[in-house]
Amino acid sequence: MSNQDPRLDPRLGAAPDDAVTDDLSAEEHGRGEGVGEAKEVEGLSQGQLVWRRFIRHKGAMFGLGVLIAVMLLSTLTMGIGPIPGLWHVQNFNSPGDVLNGGTPTLQIPGLFGGTTFAIGEHPFGQNNIGQDMFALVMKGVQTSLFVMFCLSAIALLVGVTVGALAGYYRGVLDQVLMRITDLVITLPVIVLGAVLGKLVGILPIRFNATPEQTLAINNNMPLILSVALGLVLWTSLARLVRSEFLGLREREFVDAARVAGASDWRIITKHMLPNAVGVIIVNTTLLMSSAVTLEAALSYLNFGIRPPSVSLGYLITENQGAFATRPWLFWWPGLFIVLLALAANFIGDGLRDAFDPRMRKIPSARQMRLATHQLPADQGVPTAAAGATAASEKSGASETDGPTKEER
Amino acid sequence: MIRFLARRFGLALGTLLALSFLMYGVLNIAMDPLDDLRSSPSLNREALMEARIRQLGLDRPWWERWWQWLLDVFRGDFGEAWRSGQHVNDMLVGAIQTSVQLVFSATLIAVLVGVTVGLVSALRQYTAFDYTITFVAFVMYALPVFWFAVLLKQFGAIGVNDYLNNPVVNWPALLIVSVISGLFWAGALGGNTRRKLIVFGVAFAVTIGILAYALLSGWVENPRLGFVGVAVLGIAAAVGMTAVFAGMQNKRALYSALATAVVGVVLYMPMQYFFYYVPMSDLLALGLLVVAIIVGAAVGWAFGGPDRGVSIRGAVVVAIVQAAAIFADRVLQGWQLYVNASVIGGRPIATIGSQTPNLGGDYWITQLDKATHLVLPTIALVVISFATYTRYQRGAMLEVLNQDYIRTARAKGLPERVVIVRHALRNALMPLASVVPIDIITMIGGAVLTETIFSWAGMGRMFVNALMLSEIDPVMIYIMITGALAMIANLAADFLYAIIDPRIRVNA
Repeated sequence: MSNQDPRLDPRLGAAPDDAVTDDLSAEEHGRGEGVGEAKEVEGLSQGQLVWRRFIRHKGAMFGLGVLIAVMLLSTLTMGIGPIPGLWHVQNFNSPGDVLNGGTPTLQIPGLFGGTTFAIGEHPFGQNNIGQDMFALVMKGVQTSLFVMFCLSAIALLVGVTVGALAGYYRGVLDQVLMRITDLVITLPVIVLGAVLGKLVGILPIRFNATPEQTLAINNNMPLILSVALGLVLWTSLARLVRSEFLGLREREFVDAARVAGASDWRIITKHMLPNAVGVIIVNTTLLMSSAVTLEAALSYLNFGIRPPSVSLGYLITENQGAFATRPWLFWWPGLFIVLLALAANFIGDGLRDAFDPRMRKIPSARQMRLATHQLPADQGVPTAAAGATAASEKSGASETDGPTKEER
Repeated sequence: MIRFLARRFGLALGTLLALSFLMYGVLNIAMDPLDDLRSSPSLNREALMEARIRQLGLDRPWWERWWQWLLDVFRGDFGEAWRSGQHVNDMLVGAIQTSVQLVFSATLIAVLVGVTVGLVSALRQYTAFDYTITFVAFVMYALPVFWFAVLLKQFGAIGVNDYLNNPVVNWPALLIVSVISGLFWAGALGGNTRRKLIVFGVAFAVTIGILAYALLSGWVENPRLGFVGVAVLGIAAAVGMTAVFAGMQNKRALYSALATAVVGVVLYMPMQYFFYYVPMSDLLALGLLVVAIIVGAAVGWAFGGPDRGVSIRGAVVVAIVQAAAIFADRVLQGWQLYVNASVIGGRPIATIGSQTPNLGGDYWITQLDKATHLVLPTIALVVISFATYTRYQRGAMLEVLNQDYIRTARAKGLPERVVIVRHALRNALMPLASVVPIDIITMIGGAVLTETIFSWAGMGRMFVNALMLSEIDPVMIYIMITGALAMIANLAADFLYAIIDPRIRVNA
């Protein structure tokens, strides 16, 4: 701030405020307005701005960290595709000898009566036929991650296409596409998902499949199921993209492109989509979190993934009766569902804040008070008020279009 | 307006028709009514298959069966669940009742608690309280209900039941709960450090005091409200309502609320005789509630003076609280009888079903039985829908607090309570009009997962069972009902919004 030419400062005439911020050099982002904002405008592209805001968002960083850690853990231990992992039980469906009643060997000091840190043979325990729970849970996490990304990709593709076409062309096409959206959105996701899950499960019989083909279908169940569910979850995205496009198509730069002779395809992909990318990314991330819980719920109802594939929801169903005798069979799958959904939610929240142009770096109430106390008495009061308006700039409007929980 | 309604209605009907056609086709592929026969070892397998194909008309193309089904539905015949031979019309009545019973209280509590916490969270924006609530809401949002429900069964039901059989007080848990309560109230009420410390201390002491008294005096084994409980609840409701919605300096509102509380307390003893001599029913209970509301309104009107509305509102809320307290007290009086009944066997908190079979007993025992079955599913439903309401209400309140009219209200020197309650709260509650009607109307559709976990024979369970057994008729009816309800709910929400928000105009 201080090394910047004041003429380059976009907030000309904000000099008294700047003088105040200089007192606060001890804390880089100690104030609502001032330091952070001036830096933000200094020759940064939109993408860089968003990225900077995103990596400053603690919740999002926490979510990203958790997600990466879980992904690494599951791929390193159980491998990916044909590449084997490092864990000693690679054939996760094979039964083994039940050691010590299947009690988990994971020990963490201070937790569950553990004294030392030890991983042991079966850190998450074994079930009644001696399958290693850690291998099963890690494989289930992989399935959930796969469903999460695959399902969101499909929903993204369908939703953006439908929304963009409806919003850009309007008229009859818009009417038709929106009536189709209405049709899909009428039923609760879980109901439609259960019907499609049942449909996917019956495919081998409908195709008169040989045992080998049946096995192939069952092995690819996560893929088939995510395609089916992706065809259910695209509706909210389509509506949002449509309303975004309805606004964008009236803007001058779209007219300019059209006058310059750009094709519809070029206008949509080069001029309009980049401007709607915030809405799309944020909602796809939030979709990921619903995808995890939806898959788990369907597998719980027996309309989802079934053996030989493993999913976290299926593990919970299988083991819920054993809670009184073998609670560890039950703890871990649920914990990982919560972890994945939570991480996706936090990342989505961070992205929403990052893409929100009204968003500024908001100091906490405590930081605001500290800053006010450090100021000379005569300047303290007005700047506190300025800080308050800056803080209130992050309006909650964008939060009202957040996710609603359908799986109950 | 009529054009608008007609247009929406026509669209809804068309969508429903298309939906029924498509879903019938999809279900026709997804369901395999012959699945048990395919692997059957019996010798006359082919003949059995033949017979079933004829019975279900599977030899006809599915659109013909859809048309037949549609005609039947228009005639009021919803078909049958062919495996059990049960008629869908008969199944529906019980299922809808069960679902509404399950979801009603949960929706009510979730809206009340979620909205309140969301409002407070918005008022304390960017404090530790706000961040904690946000985090908790996210966790609850990520929670799979079927997993949480098993935890509830284990720690909620079995834990409480074990405790009732062998009361050993778990002091560390008590301490942790009290500290959390202290932190919650300190964060929610805010203020400077000194005030926060005082609030924390008081909340901590009150919580641990109440809990310790309840556990040590044997209240938990034999819960009751009694005369004192009803009186304390009434007065607390009166003071609380007045402090928040009218302001303590509004003596008329305070006195009318307190007078209503006194009326309730005075009526406590006569009501016991009333309950003893008059057999109770749901209709009578509802009638009594209406009487209570009328009495409250009358007291408020009598005290009100020039500003009657405020007094009447406060008095009515207090009257409802008092009526509910007296009712709950009477229900709890049957506790010992209920717990010691042979079918209960000293384990009152139920983990499955909506009622105890062969329980017997009068109206009050039945109510108690319903309540003990409702506890767990209600907690599960409230916890998972809490997040949505909290986030929604927090966003709405922040939006309103940024409006110019709030700044104006503050600038002209209104007390903070008036700014928040009268200027901000009313506007911040408006967006709820587009959410709550939808939740209330769609609750007839039940809660698919929760009903499955807790074995409630509601709509959701009917759907899951029928889908599993490949019975197309119940599934189709479920889909039609949920679809129709969703459309009605959306229409109702749009309508309600247009009524309470004059800025929105309905046009075709």
